[in-house]
Amino acid sequence: MAIRERLSGNEAVAYAIRQTAPDVMPAFPITPSTEIPQYVANYIANGKVDTEFIHVESEHSAMSAAIGASAAGARVVTATSSCGMALMWEELYVAASDRLPVVLALVNRALSGPININADHSDSMGARDTGWIQIYAESNQEVYDNFLQAYPIAEHEAVHLPVMICQDGFITSHGVENILLVEDEKVKEFVGEYAPAHYLLNEKEPMALGPYAVSNYYMETKRGQREAMINARRVILEVAEKFERMTGRKYGFFEEYRMEDAEYAIVLIGSAAGTCKAAVDRIREKTGKKVGLLKIRVFRPFPEKELAEALKDKKAVAVLDRSEMFSATGGPLGAEVRSALFGVKSQAEVVNYFYGLGGRDITVEDFEEVYGKLEKLARTHVAEDMYAYIGLRER
Amino acid sequence: METAYNYKEVMSRPERLSPGHRMCAGCGGTVAVRAVLRALHPEDKAVVGNATGCLEVSTFMYPFTAYQDSYIHNAFENAGATLSGVETAYRVLRKKGKIGEDYKFITFGGDGGTYDIGFQSLSGAMERGHDMVYVCYDNGAYMNTGTQRSSATPQFADTTTTPAGTVSKGKVQVRKDLTAIMAEHHIPYAAQTTFTQNFKDLHTKAERAIYTKGAAFLNVMSPCPRGWGYEPSELMNICKLAVESCYWPLYEVIDGKWILSYEPKNKLPVEDFLRPQKRFKHLFTPGCEELIAQFQAEVDRRWEELKNRCGA
Repeated sequence: MAIRERLSGNEAVAYAIRQTAPDVMPAFPITPSTEIPQYVANYIANGKVDTEFIHVESEHSAMSAAIGASAAGARVVTATSSCGMALMWEELYVAASDRLPVVLALVNRALSGPININADHSDSMGARDTGWIQIYAESNQEVYDNFLQAYPIAEHEAVHLPVMICQDGFITSHGVENILLVEDEKVKEFVGEYAPAHYLLNEKEPMALGPYAVSNYYMETKRGQREAMINARRVILEVAEKFERMTGRKYGFFEEYRMEDAEYAIVLIGSAAGTCKAAVDRIREKTGKKVGLLKIRVFRPFPEKELAEALKDKKAVAVLDRSEMFSATGGPLGAEVRSALFGVKSQAEVVNYFYGLGGRDITVEDFEEVYGKLEKLARTHVAEDMYAYIGLRER
Repeated sequence: METAYNYKEVMSRPERLSPGHRMCAGCGGTVAVRAVLRALHPEDKAVVGNATGCLEVSTFMYPFTAYQDSYIHNAFENAGATLSGVETAYRVLRKKGKIGEDYKFITFGGDGGTYDIGFQSLSGAMERGHDMVYVCYDNGAYMNTGTQRSSATPQFADTTTTPAGTVSKGKVQVRKDLTAIMAEHHIPYAAQTTFTQNFKDLHTKAERAIYTKGAAFLNVMSPCPRGWGYEPSELMNICKLAVESCYWPLYEVIDGKWILSYEPKNKLPVEDFLRPQKRFKHLFTPGCEELIAQFQAEVDRRWEELKNRCGA
C-alpha cells in the first residue's frame, strides 16, 4: 500500500534521495533548493541513510566532487538552483561527456540579474545543451516520481548520462501537497544497485578518465553522447512503464490534457500546467470550446516526433516559455516546438509567449485570454503579438 | 610505516608514470610526478588526479595514458574538489565492503591550477580533511598557455603578460606564499621541497604526505626550461641554487610544528639563482642593481620569518 503524506516538493525529493540511497552527496546551499541537502543531512544525522555528505565550498566544487565520486564508482546526487547551476556550467558538460550517471535535483529559479529567488526556467534552459537528460514536474507527486525514475534511466547501460530532475522554485519546492509515497523496499528493488562496468576504484582494472582529445577523436565522443541521448528516449519510456506497474501512475514524454479533440492547444513546462488545466476545464464547461494542454515532462532528449504528432492537426498552438533566450525573437521551447511542427509540414498556427519570469504569477484568466487569442489567430491567420510577455506591467 | 631512505631501492621501483609521454626534456613537472609516485609503497593502489595543465595534456592524450594507476582529470580549477569526491566514494564503498584493497589519493596541479584558479577548491578540500595529498608542481607561471604570470611568479620575472620592456621590469608583485597558507589550514601535513642531491628530501616528504592520515599539501618547485630560460641539463643546478640561496627553503609543518629541513652553511646571494635564467636577464643590465637588492631583501625577510617559525 502506498503511503499517504503531505510534503513539500523539497521534502519529497529528500525523501526520494533517502530511498534511493546514493553513496555520496556533495552540495552547497542556495535558495530555493537549500532544504534538500538540509533534509538529507538530517536523515544522515539520524542514521536513516548511509550517504556521505561532502560539505563543498561552492556549486562548482559540488559538481566537481560529484564527478569524482561517480567516476570512482559511487551513486551520486546533488541539488542546486539558479546561480548555483550557472557556476556548475562547465562541470555539467564534463559530467555528460564523461558519461557519468549523476542525478541533480534542480529547483528552478531565475538567474541574476537582477537577483531574484523565484521560479523560472532560465537556469535549466541555459543548460539544455550540456548533454543532460532533463525531466520536469508539475506537482510534488511528479517530482517525487521523476526522482525515483532518475537512477534507472541514468545508470542504464545504453544511456549512462546525467539526469536533471527539475521542479519550480517555491511553487512546488515549498508548497505542501498531498502525496503518495512508495514503500522503501519497493523503491530499493526498483532502483537496484549501481554496478558500473568501468570505474576508478575497480581493483582488477585501472581506468583513466578525462583525456585531452584532439580533433581526431573529439567528434566521436559527441556522437557517442548523441547515441546515448537517442537511446534515452526508449529507456525513459521503459522505466516509466515499470514505474506504472509499481504505482499505477503513468508517465511519458509529455502529458496531454483534454487534447484528443482539442483545436486550440497550449504547450508549456512545469507547475503552471495546474493553472492551465483549470482554465481548460472552465472554458470547456462555459463555452464548449475545444481547448487543451500539452505539458512537457521530458525536454532532453526532445520528443520531437511524438510532440509534432500530438500538435500537428490543431488549429492554433501557443508555446509558453518561462525563460528568455534573447534571440530577440522567441524562447527555447517555442523554437523547438515550431521546428518540430515545421518538420511535419503542419498547418497549425503557432505563437510563442513568455510568462512567469522571476516568479511572476500567471492566472486562470491569463490562460483564458491566451486561448481567446488562439481562436482569433486561427480565424485571421495573423499573429498580432508574437513573442509577447504575459502579465507584463504597463508602468 | 616510514622506512630509511634507500636511494638504490627507491630509484629501482617500477615507474608509475610511464615513459613515452609528451612532456618537455628538462621539465621539472615530470620529475616531480615520478618522484612523488615512487613514494607510494609498491603494493598500494592509488587514484591520481590532475588539474588541467601541461602535465594533463601531455600525459593523457586520448587514447594513451602514461599512468599505471587509475587517473582522473576533470578541469583546471577543481583538482581538489574532484579528488575529494573520489576519496569520499572510496570511504563509502570500502565501508559497504565493495572495495577490499587500500587506495591512496594524490592529485597534481601546476601553480596556475593551485595558487590561482583552483585555490578555492584546494582550500575546501584541505579544510574538509579528505585523506589525500595535493601536490603542486610549482613552475611559477601559466606554462601550458605560454608563460603568463601567476601569483607564484617571482617578482621581476619576464613573462608573456608581464614582459620586461623599456618601462617595465617584469612582474610587479612578490609571490604568494602558498605553502604557509596551506599550513595555516591546520592540516596534519604541509611541506615544501624540490629536487636536491639524491632526492631524499622530496621522497621523504612525499611518503609522509601520502601516509599521513588526512589532508596533506606538498609544494614542489619544478622548474620549466621554456618559461625560465635554462638549458634542460641545468635542471638540478637551478634547484640547488634556489635552495642554497634560500629562495626556495625546504621545510615541513607536521601537526602545526614548523621544521626547517635544511639550512645552507653559506647562504648564496639570490643573484646566483637569478643569473642563469633568461626570465631575469633584464635585471643584469646597468641600473637594475637596486631591483636585485630588493629581491634579495624579500628573500632574506621570508627566510628570517621561516627560521623564526621553525625556532631555528
